[in-house]
Amino acid sequence: MAYSDKARAAFNSEIDAIKEKGLYKEKRFISSPQDAEILVEFPEGAEKKRVLNFCANNYLGLSSHPDVVAAAHRGLDERGYGMSSVRFICGTQDIHRELQNKVSKFLGMESTLLFPSCMDANSGVFEAILSPQDVIIADRLIHASLVDGIRLCSAEYDTFKHMDMKHLENKLILHQDKRNRLVVTDGVFSMDGDLAPLDEMCALCDKYDAMILVDESHASGFIGKTGRGTHEHFGVIDKVDIITTTFGKGLGGASGGCVSGRRELVELCRQKARPYLFSNSMAPCIVAASITVIDLVSSSTERRDKLERNTERFRKGITEAGLCIREGETPIVPVMLFNAKLANDMSRDMYAEGIYVIGFFFPVVPAGAARIRVQLSAAHEFHHIDKCVEAFRKVGEKYGILGLDKNGIIAKYGM
Amino acid sequence: MAEMKDVILQYVIGEYVDEDDEQDVGYDTPLISSGLVDSFSMVSLKVFLEKKYSIKLPDDEATPEAFDTVTSICRLVKKHQG
Repeated sequence: MAYSDKARAAFNSEIDAIKEKGLYKEKRFISSPQDAEILVEFPEGAEKKRVLNFCANNYLGLSSHPDVVAAAHRGLDERGYGMSSVRFICGTQDIHRELQNKVSKFLGMESTLLFPSCMDANSGVFEAILSPQDVIIADRLIHASLVDGIRLCSAEYDTFKHMDMKHLENKLILHQDKRNRLVVTDGVFSMDGDLAPLDEMCALCDKYDAMILVDESHASGFIGKTGRGTHEHFGVIDKVDIITTTFGKGLGGASGGCVSGRRELVELCRQKARPYLFSNSMAPCIVAASITVIDLVSSSTERRDKLERNTERFRKGITEAGLCIREGETPIVPVMLFNAKLANDMSRDMYAEGIYVIGFFFPVVPAGAARIRVQLSAAHEFHHIDKCVEAFRKVGEKYGILGLDKNGIIAKYGM
Repeated sequence: MAEMKDVILQYVIGEYVDEDDEQDVGYDTPLISSGLVDSFSMVSLKVFLEKKYSIKLPDDEATPEAFDTVTSICRLVKKHQG
């Protein structure tokens, strides 16, 4: 047998090392549709418990929306289950084209190409459009999938301090000798919930002849007055060259992603992006449901407006309760605890209070920046939010951190 | 060597330490293993060294271990300066 005892022992010792570092990801099973309230089995084998979900990317509450579910059923009935093909062989239906056109219109871009996921879009876009004579200049806190895509690309790359415009400008000056410069950022950063200053970034790109790519996965559908995204929020819809985004978060929550932007860049992705060329098409039922999602968010701001009200209520409530949060305006609210064990312990106590939230610590976030990340949804009602705030107040009191700032929490628990 | 160490140390502080960060960084402060510099942003240091000292650092030598302290970075640069 090729899988020897020695090999098994070596892999087990690697798993043990992950556990010893406190980085082991435990299994949690959900036996209900994704929603504000879910039925969870945790730890594995425990009795199922109904809890409020404050850690999903279900920003617009569309994961189980009846219109979206009905559209998925229609797609299944009318276009079948799977395509059994990549897009360019025999995997493109009329509804794939329809979704691409609707996304282009919604995002204000020239053209769009669907990918099996945004992770795939980010993996493929850079190598498709750049060459060794080019340079990528990326914010240091961009999403891991962008990092992977950049590493797969033959272009040189460099980084700038998180949202530091002076540092970005220095890097743009440094790389004026390159053929093309591509600045890369998240629109909304997934761990801190902060918004990239796209107005300033686009101005710098204009000044130093650079293109800009923005990952809008945590923004599409709800950031900006009509939910178009961070580029709408900052009034630079026509200045952004490439957007990558997902249908796996606010826009329905199933899966699928896209590259949307300048026509030639999208066309190069169609010709060269490996995840597009070598991975299956988005399933018809997800495409059909995503079309309905885009129709919903294009025709009404009701859900993003509700999300905005929910976000304001939570941010106000949690601050008044005495927890330390990262200031901001997005539905991603990091409750800062700085110490990894404290974040882990508090998230377990929150679960006992009926609130499902997760602690994040190094290497997912920088060392000494452990937190519980709370994500609001349009599926939440005010009474859900008030219960979450009250649970944080109770658990925060137990650990004696109410009213403490960063220095106070670190003095008590270390980093 | 001392001058190179200072040049690289000043670059590391300017490039990776935030102004409000009170952390002291010296010649032998772990950069990568401490989490001060992550493996993604480490590339900025490589770009700087290659431009500043007119060298090419092969990827298999520009490792997190080799870049972990200013002292070890100096050793690597010296080696490639010939």
